[in-house]
Amino acid sequence: MAVLRVKFTKTSRDKLAQLLWILNWISVVTGAILFSLGIFLKVEINKRAELMVERDIQYVPNMLVAVGLIACAINFLGGKICYDCVDTTKFLRWKLIILPYIIFTFFFTFCMLVGALMCYTMHGELEESLNVGLTEAMRFYKDTDTPGRCFLKRTVDMLQIHFQCCGNNGYRDWFQIQWISNRYLDMSQKEVVDRFRSNVEGKYLMDGVPFSCCNINSPRPCIQQQITNNSAHFNYEHQTEELNLWMKGCRQVLLEYYTHIMQSIGLTVLITWLFELSVLTGVRYLQTSLKNVLKQGDPDSESDGWLLENSLMETARTNLNIIKSLCKCNQIDTASNGDPNINVPSTCKALYGPDNVPPKATTEAS
Amino acid sequence: MVLLKMKFTQQRRVRLAQGLWLMSWFAVMCGAFVFCLGIYLKTELLRRDEVMENTEIHVVPNILMMVGLASIGTNWVATRVCQDSLDASRFPRWKVLLMAWFAAAVLLCCLLLAVVVLSYALQGRLEESLKVGLRNGIRFYKDTDVPGRCFQKETIDHLQMEFRCCGNNNFKDWFEVQWVSNRYLDFTSKDVKDRIRSNVDGRYLLDGVPFSCCNPASPRPCLQYHLTDNSAHYNYDYQSEELNLYNRGCRQALTDYYMDLMNSTGPGVLSVILIQMSVLFSLRYLQTAVEGAMALENPEGESEGYLLEKGVKETFKDVKAKVLDVLKFAQVDPAAAEPSPGNEEKTADTTTEKAATPTPAS
Repeated sequence: MAVLRVKFTKTSRDKLAQLLWILNWISVVTGAILFSLGIFLKVEINKRAELMVERDIQYVPNMLVAVGLIACAINFLGGKICYDCVDTTKFLRWKLIILPYIIFTFFFTFCMLVGALMCYTMHGELEESLNVGLTEAMRFYKDTDTPGRCFLKRTVDMLQIHFQCCGNNGYRDWFQIQWISNRYLDMSQKEVVDRFRSNVEGKYLMDGVPFSCCNINSPRPCIQQQITNNSAHFNYEHQTEELNLWMKGCRQVLLEYYTHIMQSIGLTVLITWLFELSVLTGVRYLQTSLKNVLKQGDPDSESDGWLLENSLMETARTNLNIIKSLCKCNQIDTASNGDPNINVPSTCKALYGPDNVPPKATTEAS
Repeated sequence: MVLLKMKFTQQRRVRLAQGLWLMSWFAVMCGAFVFCLGIYLKTELLRRDEVMENTEIHVVPNILMMVGLASIGTNWVATRVCQDSLDASRFPRWKVLLMAWFAAAVLLCCLLLAVVVLSYALQGRLEESLKVGLRNGIRFYKDTDVPGRCFQKETIDHLQMEFRCCGNNNFKDWFEVQWVSNRYLDFTSKDVKDRIRSNVDGRYLLDGVPFSCCNPASPRPCLQYHLTDNSAHYNYDYQSEELNLYNRGCRQALTDYYMDLMNSTGPGVLSVILIQMSVLFSLRYLQTAVEGAMALENPEGESEGYLLEKGVKETFKDVKAKVLDVLKFAQVDPAAAEPSPGNEEKTADTTTEKAATPTPAS
């Protein structure tokens, strides 16, 4: 009892083959799109690599690139096969390859689905990576003379200007670290020495932020220093002042940015997955109908096409048995201590009976 | 003496028509490209409209857009002509239009050349416009409560950060303007009162710049205030400090940006001119060859194609004579246009009579 049996005439088989040829070429294009989306994501992540701690986030673009390339190759081959399927003589070339091709593509679509799901589940990883990365970057903001960290200041400044954010969670993060290098602090001044002594770790902490936190929409010139001190500035109240600095934290902004990109990419991959699955179904129908036509002998006759020859349970059982017998063939019989040279009657051979049977006594009959 | 004569067999005529059809469609796409280029340039100029005083520079993208549209239309007509050229019954209706087409194509090429020349020539005007516009922008930076100017601060800040520049010529322009609004100045403070009294106009001037002048590539946190005072900051020398603020002036930065933009479109425009000229010449050859073939007894035989029937000078004289004819016809003819034979004597009599009676004025 076949699964989803459909009758195919010669013309409908030809039409199906042509349609599948076109659809396979469209799938090649979508595979190329997936590849370029993977590259785009990789470039975007590497642009801010200094602000992220090296975690599993690189798997997502790598997966997309690989899936895109393999999809291109598979659909290119599928296009060639479908092009040849119109002519039954040419189909004979592909007869042996087409079933493994269908099975391989079926398992490949699972990879595509995994790729799409990864895009949606990386949220937590990304947040953790950004949190640690941004904290480190802010800590090394002042180290413009340390090789390896000398561009961190510019990176953080450009990030805050471009994404319109300040600090990790908010601008108060800058109050807890020393972001002015000791080279620019006059240690002979009493005020500086007092600040150093005011905390346990001996850091020059201040209630000020770098200039890149300044909000360009503010009607008044930016207040960067003594932010919490209302009396230091005329007509200023720091609790109600919202337009002076950027209010959002950079972690949240970057997280939203990358999540938005990955969700769009994930949606594209899901749509491509559905498309690939439908193309695969078409190829399976084409393969079974052509196989039946060849069995019947007349290339112009009607034939049946189906997804599975028997029901799902039976197909699964037969496949499992095949796999089991394959495994048993390969197993070495432990009775002979694993030595393959000893002649042991194998269970794989057809049973014609035991070996040492004496010939039947024919004298009885005569 | 014919200019640049070429022989055309039937096959060559067919090939020419096909090749020209393809080239005309290519020229249509080039026209679309020129139009898009014009639109891009116009949007870029409009984006910084607030720091430009006049819109003289907009003539360059306007011409590009017009020429692009006209070129699409003209070259589409050329494709239709090519399609009809091999059909003897349909080609004659294009005869009249072709002369006008040639004039239009020459005009388009001249306009494109003019665009290339203008984009260099208008650089001075652009700089002037930017100078005045930026000066006003810096003056009204503090007026965030005045309707019509409340976004000047945001515009100037955004401009300085995007183009990495400070002030009009350099950052010292900010020292001459009051860029802190009076709403945020404490007039009871001695420092503020001193500063206001220190100059004739009573403005709060300081040797400081807005935060948007800060250079993120500087190794030290940005110094915005007391810039000329070496003792105000530790380890700071105002004369030798180069990385703290942006050194370029915004006028220079914007001029460079727009000149780069227009120079990079130069080669594209020149190649569009070349393509248009080649379409023009090929169509002329096709027209003369097909007309020559239609005049023969055997339409499939060989014919001649040329650029001009007579030499350049003679053609020019002919064209001048024709144009003068047309102009003369438009003028009122003093000797009556249709004199009837009987009236001739009468008119002669009246003229002599008029001549005989002396006019009062004389």
